[in-house]
Amino acid sequence: MATADTQTRRYQEPGAPGNAAVVNPDPRTVTGPAGGTGQGDVQTVDGQLRILTEELKLANADLRSEDRGNFCDHPPEVIKPFRAFWENFLNWARSESLWILGFGTGCGAIELRPLMTSRFDMYQYGIQGRPTPRQSSVFVIGGYASVKTMKRIVRSYEQMQGPKFVLGLGSCTINGGMYWDSYNTVNRLDHYIPVDVYIAGCMPRPEALLAGFVKLKEMIKRGECEGANRYAENFEWYKANQKRIIKNWDMPDYNW
Amino acid sequence: MSDQHTQTQISSAEVHEVFADLHTRYGVRGLEEKRADQAFVRTDRDEAVAVLTHLRDRHGYTHLAFLTAVDQIEEGRFELLYMLHNYELRHDLGVIVEIPREGDGCSMDTIHRMWPAAATYQRELREMFGIDFPGSPRLHEDFALEGWHDLPPMRKEFDTREYSERTYYARPGRTKTDTRQHMKDTIYPSEAETW
Amino acid sequence: MTQMILTKALYTVISLAVITNYALILIGTMARIRAKVQGRVGQPFYQPYIDIVKSNAKRTSISHGVMFFLGPVFRLAGGLGTYLFIPAIFGSVIFSNFSFSGDLLLMMYFIFFGQLGMALGAGESGHPHSAIGVARGLAQMTAFELPFVLSVVALAAQYGTLSITEIVAAQQGGFTHWAAFTNPLAMIAGMIAFLGMSGANPFSVVVAPQEIPIGPPTEMQSSFLGMLQTNRAIFNGAKMVLFMNLFWGGAAHENLLVAILIMVVKTFLIYLYVTIVGASFPRFKTEQSIRFFLGVPTVIGIAAVVLQMV
Repeated sequence: MATADTQTRRYQEPGAPGNAAVVNPDPRTVTGPAGGTGQGDVQTVDGQLRILTEELKLANADLRSEDRGNFCDHPPEVIKPFRAFWENFLNWARSESLWILGFGTGCGAIELRPLMTSRFDMYQYGIQGRPTPRQSSVFVIGGYASVKTMKRIVRSYEQMQGPKFVLGLGSCTINGGMYWDSYNTVNRLDHYIPVDVYIAGCMPRPEALLAGFVKLKEMIKRGECEGANRYAENFEWYKANQKRIIKNWDMPDYNW
Repeated sequence: MSDQHTQTQISSAEVHEVFADLHTRYGVRGLEEKRADQAFVRTDRDEAVAVLTHLRDRHGYTHLAFLTAVDQIEEGRFELLYMLHNYELRHDLGVIVEIPREGDGCSMDTIHRMWPAAATYQRELREMFGIDFPGSPRLHEDFALEGWHDLPPMRKEFDTREYSERTYYARPGRTKTDTRQHMKDTIYPSEAETW
Repeated sequence: MTQMILTKALYTVISLAVITNYALILIGTMARIRAKVQGRVGQPFYQPYIDIVKSNAKRTSISHGVMFFLGPVFRLAGGLGTYLFIPAIFGSVIFSNFSFSGDLLLMMYFIFFGQLGMALGAGESGHPHSAIGVARGLAQMTAFELPFVLSVVALAAQYGTLSITEIVAAQQGGFTHWAAFTNPLAMIAGMIAFLGMSGANPFSVVVAPQEIPIGPPTEMQSSFLGMLQTNRAIFNGAKMVLFMNLFWGGAAHENLLVAILIMVVKTFLIYLYVTIVGASFPRFKTEQSIRFFLGVPTVIGIAAVVLQMV
């Protein structure tokens, strides 16, 4: 990707003709009626965007030059899974120990709280809340994501250590829901971070959330939740989409 | 009006008394009594701060409940609404100030010296409507939006749907249902016959 | 000579494996018991194992420097050190570990050592929550150390030794010989200090997820966290074995399996006591817990020491 001519760079949806990427970042699973298959349109992004330098390092072009040394300049890397048996065992452990990042991004976060209570008791499924992105493995996007929140979502998502999974909760994450024509609400979450499971509804009840977790567990056990690797593979596409809406990008290009 | 408002300690005559006082002093006009405990008056932009000060210091309307704006695009003006509350009388008084929508006229005197919290409302109005409040602290910092470069989104000429389609990736296949029709068709078909 | 060293190494590995697995299962069981108290089903008893495997199976990890690496290592060394100088089962060759005549002093140092190492590692991470967590942890530790040391001094004065093995030996011959009954004041001060040491509920402000996020290990992830989770098991096991030895007569029987069973029952009860207190009382703030430890428990500890002196 080391091309000097950034003015004419075209960012395409992975999977579209002319791009080598094979993984389609469209949702693998949509539980519930809402959703639909997204046929991505080819996006031409303003040539101002420059994410990788010629040495395949992060440009961090939006940081002040004296700050650039403080942040990492390595884009995320694809890390291959192990061989069959061993990876199956690790995937089993990952699926039975899901730690949620305690970041309520929207109104749907109110549905996360009941899971802790005695009635729903998420602990029996190996699900726990965790207050720091470093230790958590599941990111539940609770409902609508505004542009301002999206910035924090991207930051938190990138700080989580892979393999990491994203659960889109509520219709707003699928197509904007009731805020689909708002000036400030992201319509398709999977254009900004890779999403593993969507839970449709406005609001989905805690039971639906648990059903989504069960679905996520099945997918992890089948080895289908490689969101972190998809993010690394299509890093420039995701970054271009993110920078397209987050206008005051005053953070490094990748927060590891 | 309803039971929950019977606690108000002020009679209509007293509201008219306050209004008459404001009228003779500042030319305040257009008294509208919406409820027993809520009334609205209109004043000129130049007199507004004096009216608010007088209401606060002489008539006991010490609490600024909120400050917001209404976009009257057809008439080419904003209506700023200062909602004041009197704790003793349990009465709300809204002071409406009209300012032009466009150009240098789209500005208003700051009241943050009377109510420090008003600075926050003024920041929001500046961001969402583009109304200037010269002298208000931190007025030009980002408030709810970050890095917004378009028209202020609450102005009515801002087409939020067009902006959304231009900026965010709409998911194809989204359909809209008329809620009333949907409920008639699916949820309450038998009741719908009697509607 | 070589054979002796190898045998000792083998014994150490066996001893460590037993205490690690036992403590992991115990932690899982107690979480389940706590869930039952709250009217829930609760996590499976083997959940700590899954968590450790999961943490170590993370594909990426972030280091903040050399001290960040060494923090969990120091912590684990503190846990291992504490356990390895305590004779887990009285009279057993395998489980006597590296106990010697002054092990009580060394062990008290090791309990502090892990926390200090953790403080260095957490400081290197640069996260403000880690620094606050460490400050709280050290403050609380200094507070509960006082009644703990007083009770240990009372025991050492009572039995005239600083060797845990000798203290256990002096308590053999029926439960009336246990220090808990011959020196009840020291036992009370020690067991209250034990509540603080195990970080269960009234004194859990240091690592409570609801407080400053998770405290010192905020930045610890992946295998760093896996190491801390393993250490949590070993350290908890070591502390329970220590208190069993000091106050509750240790675990002694001619048959090794029966002796292990005695150890399991006694440590289970000790941990159950911590769990019951934790399930019954709300969380203290740091300054509240410091005031608490420096109040009644310290006075009881002083009384225990004075009684031994006169």
